[in-house]
Amino acid sequence: MHETDLAVIGSGPAGMAAAAEAAGLGLRVALFDDQPRPGGQAYRDVDRVGPMRGAVLGPDFVEGRRLTAALDDPRISHLGGAGVWAIEPGFTICYSQAGEARLLRARRVLLATGALERPMPVPGWTLPGVMTAGAGQILLKQAGLVPRRSVLVGTGPLLYLFAVQMVRAGINPAALIETQTRGDLARALRHMGGLFGGWGYMTEGWRLLRVLQRAGVPRIVGAHEIAIEGEDRAEAVRFRRGGAQHRLPCDTVFLHHGVVPNPQAARSLGLDHRWEPRQQCFVPVCDAWGEAASAEGGVEGVFVAGDGAGIGGARAAELQGRLAALRIAEGLDRIGNEECDGRAKPLRRQLRRELAVRPFLDAAYPPFAEALRPDDTTMVCRCEEVTAGEIRRAAAQGCPGPNRLKGFLRAGMGPCQGRVCGLAVTQILAEATGQSPDETGYFHIRPPIKPLTLGALAALAETGEAAGTDKTAPGQGDAA
Amino acid sequence: MKTVSTFLSLEAPGPRVRVWLDGAPLHLPRGANLAAALLGAGVNTFRGTACSGAPRAPYCMMGACFDCMIEVEGETRQACLLEVAEGMRLTRPGAPGDA
Ligand code: FES
Repeated sequence: MHETDLAVIGSGPAGMAAAAEAAGLGLRVALFDDQPRPGGQAYRDVDRVGPMRGAVLGPDFVEGRRLTAALDDPRISHLGGAGVWAIEPGFTICYSQAGEARLLRARRVLLATGALERPMPVPGWTLPGVMTAGAGQILLKQAGLVPRRSVLVGTGPLLYLFAVQMVRAGINPAALIETQTRGDLARALRHMGGLFGGWGYMTEGWRLLRVLQRAGVPRIVGAHEIAIEGEDRAEAVRFRRGGAQHRLPCDTVFLHHGVVPNPQAARSLGLDHRWEPRQQCFVPVCDAWGEAASAEGGVEGVFVAGDGAGIGGARAAELQGRLAALRIAEGLDRIGNEECDGRAKPLRRQLRRELAVRPFLDAAYPPFAEALRPDDTTMVCRCEEVTAGEIRRAAAQGCPGPNRLKGFLRAGMGPCQGRVCGLAVTQILAEATGQSPDETGYFHIRPPIKPLTLGALAALAETGEAAGTDKTAPGQGDAA
Repeated sequence: MKTVSTFLSLEAPGPRVRVWLDGAPLHLPRGANLAAALLGAGVNTFRGTACSGAPRAPYCMMGACFDCMIEVEGETRQACLLEVAEGMRLTRPGAPGDA
């Protein structure tokens, strides 16, 4: 089996920065990504973006080329289009690429698997034409597609950025329907300290809002009772503001009320997680280097960097990736303790500055309350079509948590393995049973965490490959 | 596809290649993200759900939701993780009608 020093899972800002830093310190790195090309979601396919699209997306996007360029190092092997379906302690990385299952041994693992959109179950959210705002941005970044007649629904600065990108592309969204209230903003102002620390982000935010205002994009703040209407696809968004009902026709609806760590790889390794009340999501328990706390009998040598460790955004992710790489290099005796600390110091200072604005943002743009408590008829698990009411009924019949739920309903057992609904299921159950999210827990995630065809697995068996054997895997998989 | 896409393409796309969707030819930009290319070509429904047959289309575009599942050469794949290649044979099992 091929071997490498460090396996990095995910080639977004955290993964790319970590790979470059680690390679610079002499480590061989395998950088895995299920997308064919590096960039992650923040810098999706940035290398293939032409000047026109670059201008629409803005300098913060094309900035990502600095990170992709740094991957041009003989010690880094970028494994694109590679779905990592299992990580076995020790470590063996099991992945499929080009229809073949392959194995790679690594001494350390860094999870840089980024964020997922917070589930936003509102009536009609499964209709074709409804997507996450992140998906809309990806269509723009990767394919240069702009929706003809769209509405943005939810809350958070990402909605402003995406709307401004549409304005720059020449097709304004029909409206922004925002769920935060003026009261949220007032409460957020308590975090003034963070405001000053994150001054750059604040002025950027105001600049975006000014562009929208000048372009005449209507903003509706404090919307509620949101539902998407349509027969076979989205046709309109219905909502209420104050006492009045409104209906806005459109073809495309973009939903967004924040992002949360993508838990799949970290959960599959059994890492400890805790509920983060400010971000309203679970985060893996890690030290200041991103090294996951190893519970008794748990795995050691796993690091988490970027949004997967708690939401901080692309620039923070990059810094966290570098910090993790330093510590990993130290652990593998590439650098001494002092050099590690010395190099880390300026990174930590920058990281503090990057994260300063977060408490303000989390308070000013809280998750949409109705989507955290969907009404009984709203579908929560998209794969198996399970409603919030069914989940509450299961709770009333004595179901205490997500894993026992599988005995009642098929929620979380579909192909997405709870990636979309997991957090919503925990929160609905927690509210119904009166337990905390920590007590309620989350779906057990077991490998394979990515689809694996039987053909690919059979091919693996034929080569006599199995974790622990020493044969050479076919094809690529080695670093340098 | 007769349907007009609900999306507009910002740039003139590069060279197109022919793929087959449910047996009908479709010309898509080579090397483009498959899910995006299909949306750009006016394909609005990718599949019907196994439980109720409800129509679905890409939701996350990042490999998480599996609503973009489509059969590629007879194997179920996530279209948002693939690139368009000449001659691809795509089918949409359970997709209601032509949407
Ligand atoms: S659109 Fe969600 S997995 Fe492809």
